[in-house]
Amino acid sequence: METRNAANMNLPNPGTPRLESAPAEGPGAMRLVGHWTVRESAALEALLSHARPPSSREVRIDAASLEAFDTAGALVLARIRDRFAREGCSVKIVGLPPERVPLLKIASTPIPVTLPSARRPGPLERLTRLSADWTEQAFGFLSFVGEVFLASLQQLVRPRRIRWAFVISNIQTSGVGAIPIIGLLSFLIGIVIAYQGAVQLHRYGADVFIVDLVGLSMVRELAPLMTAIIVAGRTGSSFTAQIGTMRVTEEVDALKVLGMNPIDVLVLPKLFALIVVLPLLTAFAAAVGVLGGAIMTASMTPIGPSFFLSQFPRVVLPVSYFVGVGKAPIFAAVIATVGCYQGFRASGSAESVGAQTTVSVVQSIFLIIVLDALFSIVFSVVGI
Amino acid sequence: MSIEVRNLKKRFGDYVALGDVNLRVETGELVALLGPSGAGKTTLLRVIGGLDHADSGEVFFHGQETTDRALREREVGFVFQHYALFRHMTVFENVAFGLRVRPKTTRPTEASIKDRVMRLLDLVHLGGLSTRFPSQLSGGQRQRVALARALAVEPKVLLLDEPFGSLDAKVRQELRRWLRRLHDELHTTSVFVTHDQEEAMEVADRVVIMNKGEIEQIGTPEEVYFGPKSAFVYNFLGNVNLFQGRVEGGRAYLGSVSLPLPDASPAKGDSATIYVRPHLLDLADQPNGLDHFRAKVEHIHPTGSTVKVELTAEWGEPFQVEISHERYRALALRRGMETFVTLRNESLFVETTPGDGMMFGEGI
Repeated sequence: METRNAANMNLPNPGTPRLESAPAEGPGAMRLVGHWTVRESAALEALLSHARPPSSREVRIDAASLEAFDTAGALVLARIRDRFAREGCSVKIVGLPPERVPLLKIASTPIPVTLPSARRPGPLERLTRLSADWTEQAFGFLSFVGEVFLASLQQLVRPRRIRWAFVISNIQTSGVGAIPIIGLLSFLIGIVIAYQGAVQLHRYGADVFIVDLVGLSMVRELAPLMTAIIVAGRTGSSFTAQIGTMRVTEEVDALKVLGMNPIDVLVLPKLFALIVVLPLLTAFAAAVGVLGGAIMTASMTPIGPSFFLSQFPRVVLPVSYFVGVGKAPIFAAVIATVGCYQGFRASGSAESVGAQTTVSVVQSIFLIIVLDALFSIVFSVVGI
Repeated sequence: MSIEVRNLKKRFGDYVALGDVNLRVETGELVALLGPSGAGKTTLLRVIGGLDHADSGEVFFHGQETTDRALREREVGFVFQHYALFRHMTVFENVAFGLRVRPKTTRPTEASIKDRVMRLLDLVHLGGLSTRFPSQLSGGQRQRVALARALAVEPKVLLLDEPFGSLDAKVRQELRRWLRRLHDELHTTSVFVTHDQEEAMEVADRVVIMNKGEIEQIGTPEEVYFGPKSAFVYNFLGNVNLFQGRVEGGRAYLGSVSLPLPDASPAKGDSATIYVRPHLLDLADQPNGLDHFRAKVEHIHPTGSTVKVELTAEWGEPFQVEISHERYRALALRRGMETFVTLRNESLFVETTPGDGMMFGEGI
């Protein structure tokens, strides 16, 4: 029975298109048999994928014993011919009925297809897209600021609704936790300024002004700026990462479904905590920076610590202190809103959380420095 | 509470997430939204739940428009694919959260919150784990906590977004039976999204099959499985073999053989795709008087409840057949053997390609 099965398998149906080799007529001779028509498209397709050229370089395909032939057959035949030619054979098709030759010709003519080429946008288009993108982002940010502002007004009117536990834990992580690094960096900056200043001022015999230099620059500019930048990198980024992760894991949606406003739960405690903590950190940074400057001054110049201390209140007036520390709550608001906003913009994947975190830090530092410059201009105009 | 969705449309840029979707879910029903990824199932669920807004169209809960209603007032329970449990809260606090954050006037007393949460945790078989944190639970346990949290607010509508999507196969099977039993107890109107046809068929009262933002077919599992309205539905609801051929006079012509077609099939088509499920084909070692075609055995996968045999039809197309182990042993199948393939019954699906035969001329 098995032999019969095998025999059946080898005996093809009449009409099935085939491409047979005919070694009797020469080493490269092949023969087309059966119906090469669209009815047999499945078999033709199989043929197209299985057809192998004979060992000879000179292939001669005889179409004389073909039973039927249409454009589908012609297309497959043309493709087989092209494939053999690519593999280095010279192919000749003979014996095709004259009225069928045009079919093969049509099938061999490639139809020109123009694919839309990947167009590089010109500079004007890129500029327009970029500004449209920025405008959209700016509007998004502004509407977020508005939402946060309204939500915080609602809570400030009714302080009972503020989530104090969250506020306090945020003060702990973003304030107390930042003390060592802010202290160390301010101390070092105080030292650097005193050292650089002392060398320059000594040339003019103006050593006394070292107190002005260290005191004013630390209290008015460097302490608020340094603290804000460190907090933006340390805390702003963690705000983005936390909210971004909650977006990705759908916890933000879960809050909404349970009837909570995510801004109340996630943004406001962070905002309030940072507004409380950043001025304190700034004052601390200023004090440590001035201490560093005083120590450096004492070791390099004849101006001792007691003189430095007595001179300091005469140079650094309370108004300078308030100018410096007064900037901090505004920087805090910028860091918290940018950090949270970028967190909410994260979507879909873990990579987007990372990307938004980077954007958040870059944007907050940028905004802080721009705002600080604006403050300087305003203060000099007002004459403080 | 019944849900009705009318003419929902939503696009993300050029991408159409919801074409024009109309759907009605009756009170107490459990409906599955089934489709491949990108079909718009999750978008539809999120719009129903109020987490996303449609570009146009309306959602009615119990005959009332919900578009402008705040999420809190919709009384919806939502279960997310990745559980979305609050990490810094214990299981108990997670479940209690929705109740504790209610305004004072509607908030239950602490004692009744505790009572309700413990009852829910017993319902989801997690009574002993109330003080654990989500990170200390397995995936299946976390998803049950998420379900308890969604049920805690006594929602009128329960929406589940691929609730078992990130669980392993065994836990998934257990949980979906359990979900069905839970639904039979609570009778909350529920809609769940899945891309697993088996899950949808097993759990749901009715199945909504979606593709490319459109609803392809709505019906009970039997209706959609045995009466698919489109090739997409037939294809999506199980393994299929695709054969290229043509249709004429109630018969399908494949290669050089012809097979009878079911009555509802298209009468004529020069180019047709014939869909047949692997278990509807039968193998024989010799012709037995039925319409048949010949095929050669390429591979045999004898594991599982059926034997899966990969074959090549006499005209060169590969396909798959599922037969019982008894049949497999009786036939003594081996690789390379020739067999005769018959159709077990008429449940195949034919799709003709319109406008075909225009490019090619007739044969000689």
